[in-house]
Amino acid sequence: MLTLTSLTAGYGPVTALEDVSLTARKGEITAVLGANGAGKTTLLRTVSGLHRARSGAIDFDGTRLESVAAEKMPRLGLAHVPEGRGVITELTVEENLRLGGLGRGGRVSASDLERVNDLFPILGDRNAALASTLSGGERQMLVIGRALMARPTMLLLDEPSLGLAPRIVAQIFGLVRTLVRDEGLSVLLVEQNARSALSVADHGVVLNLGRVVADAPADELAGDDQLRHAYLGF
Amino acid sequence: MRDRIVSLRRHVLARHLFLALVGLLVVVVVVESVSDYRNTQLASMAYLGIAAGGLTVLTGINGQISLGHGALMAIGAYTSALLLPDRDATVPLTVVVLAAVAVTLVVGAAVGLAAARLHGPYLAGATLALAVAVPGIALYFKETLGGEQGLRVVMPDIPVWVLDAVFFVTGQDLTRSRFTAYVGWLTLIVVFLLLANLSAGRTGRRWRAVRDDEVSAELAGIDLGRARVSAFMVSAAAAGAAGAILAFTVKLAAPSAFTLTLSLTLLAAIVLGGLGSLAGALIGAALLTFLPSVVTDIGRNAGLSDIQAAELAPLVYGLVMVAVILLAPTGIVGSLRSGLQRARSRRRTTSPTTTSKGTAS
Amino acid sequence: MQQFFNTALTGLTLGMVYAAFALALVLIWRSTRIVNFAQAPMAMLTTFVALVVIDAGYSYWLGFVAALVSGLVLGAVIERVVIRPVEGKAEINAVILTLGLFIVLHGLAAVIFGNRYRSFPAPFGLEGLTVGGTTIALNGFGVFTIVSVLVVMGLLVALFRYTDVGLRMRASAFNQEVARLLGVKVGAMLTLGWALASVVGSLAGLLIAGGSLVHPSYMDSVVVFGFVAAVLGGLDSPLGAVVGGLILGVSLSFVSGYVGSQLVALAALVILMLVLTLKPGGLFAQAPERRV
Repeated sequence: MLTLTSLTAGYGPVTALEDVSLTARKGEITAVLGANGAGKTTLLRTVSGLHRARSGAIDFDGTRLESVAAEKMPRLGLAHVPEGRGVITELTVEENLRLGGLGRGGRVSASDLERVNDLFPILGDRNAALASTLSGGERQMLVIGRALMARPTMLLLDEPSLGLAPRIVAQIFGLVRTLVRDEGLSVLLVEQNARSALSVADHGVVLNLGRVVADAPADELAGDDQLRHAYLGF
Repeated sequence: MRDRIVSLRRHVLARHLFLALVGLLVVVVVVESVSDYRNTQLASMAYLGIAAGGLTVLTGINGQISLGHGALMAIGAYTSALLLPDRDATVPLTVVVLAAVAVTLVVGAAVGLAAARLHGPYLAGATLALAVAVPGIALYFKETLGGEQGLRVVMPDIPVWVLDAVFFVTGQDLTRSRFTAYVGWLTLIVVFLLLANLSAGRTGRRWRAVRDDEVSAELAGIDLGRARVSAFMVSAAAAGAAGAILAFTVKLAAPSAFTLTLSLTLLAAIVLGGLGSLAGALIGAALLTFLPSVVTDIGRNAGLSDIQAAELAPLVYGLVMVAVILLAPTGIVGSLRSGLQRARSRRRTTSPTTTSKGTAS
Repeated sequence: MQQFFNTALTGLTLGMVYAAFALALVLIWRSTRIVNFAQAPMAMLTTFVALVVIDAGYSYWLGFVAALVSGLVLGAVIERVVIRPVEGKAEINAVILTLGLFIVLHGLAAVIFGNRYRSFPAPFGLEGLTVGGTTIALNGFGVFTIVSVLVVMGLLVALFRYTDVGLRMRASAFNQEVARLLGVKVGAMLTLGWALASVVGSLAGLLIAGGSLVHPSYMDSVVVFGFVAAVLGGLDSPLGAVVGGLILGVSLSFVSGYVGSQLVALAALVILMLVLTLKPGGLFAQAPERRV
């Protein structure tokens, strides 16, 4: 589904990603794990076109993405979900959702809006409220719901657990799992919270200082004590 | 280490004094060798240069912008005009300039206190309002400030000792326009000397620190407000002196001389010259003084009417100003400097023997 | 009493124009964090376009439309060519750039149209209307001024609130990166924002000019009043800009009527400094204080 080959990227003299290769398979949750500064965010930004790779290839369902602009991604079925701070707080909940629906081109369909409101009843109740009035967990639901409005085939989730209580994290991860099971979505999940991420993911990739240090099924990674202590901190 | 700093400071001061003396010499030679018409132009260049120098300190070194320097010049000019109403006025010109500086300094302190809290577009907007508001004051207080016609400035007779001294040095009689040019350029040299020493010293370091990074400046114990207000006051004082020289040169203080265009033109001068360098301010002032006639001639030759051609100069400043910001944000001096550095480093890599010359300067 | 009433009425009419101009500044500030000081000469230039059309024998209305259309084009071109390179750079660069543009447009108008006063027609009578036997300080053109500004404001509200393009423009203004991730062509939205703001500015230019004199610098003080009005309203709020414009218009009208018209700009300066010192977030700010 999404394949990165020898991807290298950086900022000025700093190299943030070096020779990274990984594959996120269709209908699976692939977790990219690592400490702060491991290159996770750069990886996501490079895939979604916010940052240009220095070299390497990004292939999404047969389309090469290295030089595709970020604003074209929703039409290709790829949705980058920024963490909860990515809600546009000056707009209402419904406006945020509608904006997501516009990304695919054409008009926003009422059925999409209904579907997302059903998936996240909390959002449905507060459609007319300004997004700035939402709690952290509600904001995270809003950014995911907004991404779903464009009917993507793959979600790129950026640290959905950031700053949220464990109960909310479990709720959100459970929801992502359901989406993958019921709708055949594929997910690339970037997380620092490795324990929660591995509990929901099918496959895991560990980054350290911009390089891939492990790439294995999630339960295998979770069972590798040495790796867990060295890179994942649990 | 301490000794080195002290000697370095003395070194800087000595260099500035040396430059001032060289400048003085150049001024005498130039003023004596050109016509009266050119001397009036030189006097104009002096007041534009003084004001641009002050604005350089504010915008280039302290990072604050002011569109109100034309208004501050107006205050200096009206102060001078009030002190020189007719031939019987006995106030020496030095005192007139100092009075203009003092009054502008007070106004500058008030504006600076308000401006210190503002940044970027807010400061620009507030000083823009100042530039538009001040001429209205002269119109409102018609009785004292002369309304639309303005106030006449009557230059006192040139003191006999000055006439004698100049004749002794140059062997030529001193004409009135030469005298004005001398007054303007002497003032410019004194103002630049003071500005250069201020910005090379502790005060200047604080101004730069505030411009570069407010947070670290504050952490380093610099009072942001005080640094901003002091920069504004120094800059305003220079504008006051410039206003006085303007009054001496055009012999009139009238609202029409202090339009928004004047303030914007000053900003153009320092942008053209390169933000932050006094030499740049002088280059900018020279361009503002001498470019118009060149541009007007070109326009006339290109088939424009005289009236149209006369309007070309501001268009050219504006275009150059836009181009400088888009292409070379360090201005003419900055671009030259980095060009020189590039050339020098290229030379260094090809022929290492020439480097000794480079370090001597 | 009658003078008081008439002064207020004049102030309201002028305030509508300041409101429109402030609105143009706010539209640009919201999306690009730039105060477009060149808005004044841009409006001046488009008013001259209208004058050229009218002087060529066509109707006032054709000139009116020509000015608005040329405003649209001018705003778009300036954003694309000149402003785009400094977006997101040090704010002093953008400020100096808009001032450079100010000088350029001034110079351009002076070269093309001459640096002199020319009279500009008004489409409606300039005679004061009569209500119950007394003539009031509101004429046909004043009514037209108020109505046209209200219409433009209504159209803008409708655009931003009820259309997809408006939603995209707001998203681009508030959060460029997120907007891009959602498929919004942010660059195009910024260009459109500048173009629309320039149309609103042009309208203000036409309304100031109507039945009066135009000159390359006739809008210079209006940019000051527009800026003060926008800051009164908080610079980020279109509604605030409108209210700020009306408050300023009425205040300045009283200064002009009871103190002296020469001190109007000074009064605007005083109001600006008071707002910036006492309520830097604008009159309606409840959110934490903003850095000015």
